[in-house]
Amino acid sequence: MAGGVASGGSSSAETYKEARNFLLLPAWAVLVIFVLAPVMMMFVYSFLTKEFRGGVIWEFSFAAYDQFFCDRGLFGDEPCSFEWTYIGIFWRSIWQAGLATFFALLIGFPTAYFIATRPPHLRAIWVFLITIPYWVNLLIRTVSMKFLIRDTGPLNEFLLWVGIIESPLGIAYTNTAVQLGLFYSYLPFMVLPIYAAVERYNFALSEAAADLYASKWTTLRLVLLPAVKPGVIAGCILVFVPSLGSFLAPDLLGGARNFMIGSLIDEQFRGSAGNWPFGAAASMILLSMVLLLLMIFARQQSKAEGRG
Amino acid sequence: MPLNKDATAAIDVRNAVKRYGDFTALKTISLSIRDNEFFTLLGPSGCGKTTLLRMIAGFEDVTEGAIFLFGKEIENLPPNKRPINTVFQNYALFPHMTVTDNVAFGVQRLGKSRQEALRRAGEMLELVQLSQFAERKPAQLSGGQQQRVALARALAPSPKVLLLDEPLSALDLKLRQAMRFELKEIQRETGITFIFVTHDQEEALTMSDRIAVMSSGEVQQLGEAREIYEKPRNMFVADFIGETNLLEVFVDKIVEGRAMCHLGGGHALTCDAVEGVGEGAKVHMSIRPERLVLSETEAPENSLRGTVHDNIFVGTDIQSVIDLDDGPRMLVRTSNSDRGKKHLFERGATAYVTMEGGAARLLVD
Amino acid sequence: MKRRNDIKHYTGFLPLTLLCLFILYTPLIVVMVYSFNESTSITTWGGFSLKWYVDVFTGPESAKFKQAAWNSFVIAIAAATTATIIATLAATAIIRGGRFKLRLPSLGLISLPLMVPEIVTAVALLIFYNFIGFSRGMMTILVAHIVFCIPFAYMPIAARMQGIEDTYEQAALDLYATRFEAFTKILLPLMLPGIISGYLLAFIISLDDFIITNFVKGAGVETLPTAIFGSVKQGIRPNIMAISTMLLAVSMLIVTLSYLISKTDKTK
Repeated sequence: MAGGVASGGSSSAETYKEARNFLLLPAWAVLVIFVLAPVMMMFVYSFLTKEFRGGVIWEFSFAAYDQFFCDRGLFGDEPCSFEWTYIGIFWRSIWQAGLATFFALLIGFPTAYFIATRPPHLRAIWVFLITIPYWVNLLIRTVSMKFLIRDTGPLNEFLLWVGIIESPLGIAYTNTAVQLGLFYSYLPFMVLPIYAAVERYNFALSEAAADLYASKWTTLRLVLLPAVKPGVIAGCILVFVPSLGSFLAPDLLGGARNFMIGSLIDEQFRGSAGNWPFGAAASMILLSMVLLLLMIFARQQSKAEGRG
Repeated sequence: MPLNKDATAAIDVRNAVKRYGDFTALKTISLSIRDNEFFTLLGPSGCGKTTLLRMIAGFEDVTEGAIFLFGKEIENLPPNKRPINTVFQNYALFPHMTVTDNVAFGVQRLGKSRQEALRRAGEMLELVQLSQFAERKPAQLSGGQQQRVALARALAPSPKVLLLDEPLSALDLKLRQAMRFELKEIQRETGITFIFVTHDQEEALTMSDRIAVMSSGEVQQLGEAREIYEKPRNMFVADFIGETNLLEVFVDKIVEGRAMCHLGGGHALTCDAVEGVGEGAKVHMSIRPERLVLSETEAPENSLRGTVHDNIFVGTDIQSVIDLDDGPRMLVRTSNSDRGKKHLFERGATAYVTMEGGAARLLVD
Repeated sequence: MKRRNDIKHYTGFLPLTLLCLFILYTPLIVVMVYSFNESTSITTWGGFSLKWYVDVFTGPESAKFKQAAWNSFVIAIAAATTATIIATLAATAIIRGGRFKLRLPSLGLISLPLMVPEIVTAVALLIFYNFIGFSRGMMTILVAHIVFCIPFAYMPIAARMQGIEDTYEQAALDLYATRFEAFTKILLPLMLPGIISGYLLAFIISLDDFIITNFVKGAGVETLPTAIFGSVKQGIRPNIMAISTMLLAVSMLIVTLSYLISKTDKTK
């Protein structure tokens, strides 16, 4: 580093200029070795040959990706025609995650708005109430949901007792149960960024709109929503992304036919039935999708900031 | 370390330049601040005054040139090795320490014992009349009290020079005025050189022994308060300090230290000549509104005719706005206590505006 | 009060907010309530009883759960401590180190574990451990936990540091403190609430993790979540609800603590 000798002083916000590389070293070491390198390794493994008892044989192969996209018939000797099994699982995951996101937005937006318009000293408490469930173990929350909605669980018992329904809803082990689980797991993620955006919103704009004869819902649609859009998008991303790769909700709440990406990947590494290169390839495809989504999002956000 | 010949100067800034990449914050500043002086750097925000202060404190490098403290170059001393202390703009009182611990902090760092530091802190708190708040945390004090703690903390290690970065700007008007006297008092009592940074010209005029008026990274004028107010060197100083009337004049002749000038319409005016303004020059003339007198008849010298546009009551004064026949609009301030002696004119009336002797000042550039 | 003229008020938003809270809390409350159920059948209410809590500590599965709980706490303490130290150092460089080339890449790297889906991190780590021949056990779990705890520890610490003006450290330097003294006597004490907050969040995140742990744990090594998952696969038994309720209480306690600490902001 330059200029250690002649510089007596340092300018503002640079108190730790000389030490910064040293201070960053542990973080870089841990994250490069245990995040970046493993992801690279995973990429490499996705091009290797599978070992039948789990693990890999070090021989280059496209087999994993071939298995993912191509249907080569019963004996694997036909020319490649499009394989729908795995794409179907990915598509179902996107659909499930999308629905969960949509319902989270439906409930999350009014909640975030309501909290952001409370007096300042009450906002912290409301936000705290929303965050607590997030910090509770996801496994426990999913198990709780499973218990709640089973055919003989408290929800159905209650509804039967009240007389709203005559036989149990039968939502356990269905797509609906998985959606409900995803929605429930990540709902706090929808509320928080929207809350932050609405809190920064200048309500004089709404007053100006009202002054110019806009109705409340018109104001919401034409003035408030565009202003808090970055927060809404952030919330959607924060619900959609973890939903997409979720493992617990489909595994515990869904049945055998409600497979999602997470379960597919998990299966490849369980016991001896697995296929590591295929699991690595599926993980790579999931990771690429997520990173692409995040990149589009980052670009959107920086554009929104650029506009002021 | 090179020794400076002029060892009486507390701070000697020589050809100091500060650049941030392509941006030049300070352009070759040279000034010498005397020992025991209350010295003020005055200028609008962004003029470089705070940068200069931070260079003296050691928080900014000097790009070119040098700064001397009692003849010793201090370039290579980090802030914690310079016998210079700062009263920060927002005080920067350590929020997790009591008032006493804040004040004792610097003394202890200098290697003094805890008892010694506490004794010194007690003394300082007495000086700023805050002894009864010694065990409080900064957050439990009012703005004015925090300001005094910051002062006590900076004075406690007995620095050779005290730097004050707009210390009064966060206080309300009444408190600010009271603190001006208190600061001046403390400076006299301690005999420490104060370098005070402000954008408030009134603050500068009331407290300082000498003032350096700065703008765009340059010192525009350096002198005593009265000199700066009455004899501004250029347009910037005349305009920035107090209110003034500006007339565009042509200099015809300079005879025995007097400049003979005329306005665009031909009306003749005379005033003291200044260095830097020669014959044939087209320059601005500055006249303070309180040094103008209104009358019904023309005076023998420097008297201009005009029409009264408006009279505005501003408490201590009445401001008359006069549209000159041969020139721009002029502002005339008549003290309310003078009303008996000086005549007030109705709107639309014709009146003569006369400059008092020595009131008109020619400006360089 | 007339709400019709209140520009900020939208009819129906309050009920939706209450619905949101209802959805978030109902499953948790139901599990808590049923953990006190006397009946052995989990679906019928047989009166209040603490027997399932006693069962957790003395029942047939108690040895397994005690070992798992011990593992979980040891790993959480070690992971949170390491992650907090790494995050504090990194935050000091990123927030107080001025502008430099590595600043944005460092920020990106630290938030990477948040961006990569958990299951992908799990797969990547499993493959990596397998590749370098790191045999799976407590150590593999610990390292994985340190990695994904770093961003959670970093966030409150960095937020706190950003809220502390650097004039405090400058004032310390001005008053003859060395760099080291300015850090230990001024910055660290002011940072303390942020650091504790970060530590507690990292602790909970480690304590709660299931997906990654499940991938990288060796056979026979269990943490509380993996042990619970294993039991649940055979059906939800009341003792699971008792354990869940206890774990839930620990999490809530820690979050509340963290919240209260973060509110003691002396710089304001």
